[in-house]
Amino acid sequence: MKLSFKLSLTSLVASMAVLPVLAFAQDVTGAGASFPAPLYSKWAADYNRATGIKINYQSVGSGAGLRQIDAKTVDFGASDAPLKDDELAKKGLVQFPTVIGGVVPVVNIKGIATGQLKLSGQVLGDIYLGKITKWTDPAIKALNPTLPLPDVAISPVRRADGSGTSFIFTNYLSKVNPEWKAKVGEGTAVNWPVGAGGKGNEGVAAFVGRLPNSIGYVEYAYIKQNKMTFAQMRNAAGTFVSPDDATFKAAAAGADWAKSFYQILTEQPGKDAWPITGATFILMHKVQDKPAQAASSLKFFDWAYKNGDKTADDLDYVPMPANVKVIIEKAWADIKDASGKSVATK
Amino acid sequence: MSSTLPAGGAAFDPVSESAKQKMINPPLGNAVRRSPLADKMFAWVAQGAAWLTLLLLAGILLSLILGAWPAISKYGLGFLTSTSWDPVKNEYGGLVMIYGTVATSLIALIIAVPVSFGIALFLTELSPAWLKRPLGTAIELLAAVPSIVYGMWGLLVFGPILATYVQQPLQKAFGETPYLGALVSGPPVGIGILSAGIILAIMIIPFIASVMRDVFDVTPVMLKESAYALGSTTWEVVYKVVLPYTKAGVVGGVMLGLGRALGETMAITFVIGNFNQLDSLSLFQAANSITSALANEFAEAAEGLHQAALIYLGLVLFFITFVVLALSKLMLAQLRKNEGTKT
Repeated sequence: MKLSFKLSLTSLVASMAVLPVLAFAQDVTGAGASFPAPLYSKWAADYNRATGIKINYQSVGSGAGLRQIDAKTVDFGASDAPLKDDELAKKGLVQFPTVIGGVVPVVNIKGIATGQLKLSGQVLGDIYLGKITKWTDPAIKALNPTLPLPDVAISPVRRADGSGTSFIFTNYLSKVNPEWKAKVGEGTAVNWPVGAGGKGNEGVAAFVGRLPNSIGYVEYAYIKQNKMTFAQMRNAAGTFVSPDDATFKAAAAGADWAKSFYQILTEQPGKDAWPITGATFILMHKVQDKPAQAASSLKFFDWAYKNGDKTADDLDYVPMPANVKVIIEKAWADIKDASGKSVATK
Repeated sequence: MSSTLPAGGAAFDPVSESAKQKMINPPLGNAVRRSPLADKMFAWVAQGAAWLTLLLLAGILLSLILGAWPAISKYGLGFLTSTSWDPVKNEYGGLVMIYGTVATSLIALIIAVPVSFGIALFLTELSPAWLKRPLGTAIELLAAVPSIVYGMWGLLVFGPILATYVQQPLQKAFGETPYLGALVSGPPVGIGILSAGIILAIMIIPFIASVMRDVFDVTPVMLKESAYALGSTTWEVVYKVVLPYTKAGVVGGVMLGLGRALGETMAITFVIGNFNQLDSLSLFQAANSITSALANEFAEAAEGLHQAALIYLGLVLFFITFVVLALSKLMLAQLRKNEGTKT
C-alpha cells in the first residue's frame, strides 16, 4: 500500500505540474461508485455544453473512490454506502446525497409475470441463507397462495464484486432477518452462504436471464432497460409495493436529512415506501487545499440539482426531493479553504 | 543439423593461404568501424536489460510482500488452509481460491495437452500440404481472441449446453455411485469448476498447439526419414524420434499454456460462479479462483486486512507459478539425464 500511495503521490505531483498548461483550473475530477456513473457522465456532458467546464468522473467503485479522496488525488469521491458521522469527522470529509435508487429482486420462473411474485424480507433473507431452497416452500406459498409456483430448487444469484448495490441489499436483509444479521451481516462484500456470483449488475442480470428458477437483485434501471421480471416486496407498513419512482420517493421522504446525511433508506416507514432503497453520495474534504477546484465541484452539483432532474428521470434515477436539496446546499457552507472561508460563494 | 557442416566446411577449402592470413589479421581500415567503446556500450545495455528484468521481478515480489504483510503477520501459513472469507467479520483464508485456481488449471491441462498434441501431430505429419497453412493460421488466430469473449461465450452459449447435455445426464448416470457421485453433485447449471476448466482448455489449446507445431517442424527431416526407412509407423516416428528430439520445446509449450491458465482472469470470472465456500469437491460446484477474487473484490476492498488478504492471494499465485516453472525445469533436467539410457 505504501508503494502505491507513493506512486499516486508522485503521479499527483506530476499531474499538478502539467495541469496548468493543459487545462483550466476549474476542471474537476471525481471518482467512485459505478451505480451513479451513467448519470454523472451525462450531467458532466450537459454541464460542459452549458458552461464549458469539464467534469471528469471515473467509475472505479465506491471503495476505490474513498481511497482516492483520502489520498486527495480527486476533487470529489463518490460512494453508494454513506460514511457514519464519526468516520467522516475522522477523515475530515463532508458527504451529501445526489440521487436515489432502488435495488429490486428479479426472478426467472416460467409462467410468472413481472410483479406477480410477492416476497417479504424474512423470506428473501432465508432464500439467500440457503434455508428456503424450493419455490414451493410453505413460507413462499403463504405469501402467494394462488400463484402456480414450480416444485423446483431456487438458484440464488448475487453480486460477486464488492458493490453499493450489495451494501443496500445486505443492509436491508440485516434489518428484516435477524439470522442474516447474526450470520452474514452487511457490507459491500459479504460471505455469501449460497448462490452464484455475477460481476456487476449486468453479470447478475445475465445469470438470472440464463438460469431457470433463479432469483437475483439488480439496480432499478436494469429492470426497466432489460424488461426483467421483478417481485413485489412487503414494506415496513405491511403493504406489497412495486418498485418505481413514487415508491422510491416515498422511502426518501421518511428520512430525517436535516439531522445527518447518514441515512440508509432501507425498510423506511410509509405505506408506499419501497423497502430496498438507497441514496448515492458525494464525498469532499472539509478543508480544501484547492478552494477553486472545490468551488467548481460545488457549482457543478448546484447546477445538477437545479437542471439535472429530467436527465435523472430519463436514466431511471430518482432526484432528491426539493426540500432535501435546500438542506444539502446549506451544508456546503462547511466546506472551507485553509483560511476558514466557505468556498461555496454564490 | 550436423549433416550440413561438412558441406559448409568444404566450401572454405579452396581459399588461398594469403586469404586465410587476411582473415586472421584484417587490414587496418576495417578496425576503424569496430570501436571498443561501442562494443562495451552494447554489452552494458544488454546486461542492463537482463538485470532490469530481475530487478522488476524482485520489485514485484517485494511490493507484494509489503502489501500483504498485515495478512501475513496475522494469519501466517494458516491463510493457505482456511476456507473462511468473510469481509464483514474481517476474516480471510485463501484455500477456496487456491483450490479453484489449481483445479481449473489442472482440468484445462488434462484436456488441452492431448488435443494440442493431436493438432500439432496432424499439422506436421499427416495434413495435406494445402491445409497446413489455413489451419495453422486459424489456430494462431484463436490465440488472439480476447479472454472476455471466451467468458461471455462460456456463460451464454457453452454453459447451457454443458448443463443440459453433459451435467444432467452425468448426474442421472452416476448420481448414486459412491465417489463418482460426489464429483458430479451440485446444481447442474453450467457454472463452476468444470466449465471454467473447459473454457480455460479452449483458451490455452492454441498456445500449446502452435508451440508444439513449431518445435515438431524443426525436427530434422533426415532423422524422420531414417526412421521411416527402417519401417517405423507414423506414430513410432512421432513417439520415438520427434518427441524425444523436441521435448524441451513441448514442455515449454505446456508450461506456457499452464501459465496462461493460472493467470487467466476475465473468462474465469464469468463462468466459475465466484462462490467463496468449499462445501463439496463436486466439479459442478460454483467456486472461485485467485484471479477472479482479485478482479471482483480489489476495487471495493477497504484498506487494511481485506486488501492485504487479496494481495496475499496474489503472492500465493506468484508462488504457484514459480513452483510450476521450477518443476518443469527439474523435469527437463531429469529427462536430459536419462538421455541415451535404455528405456
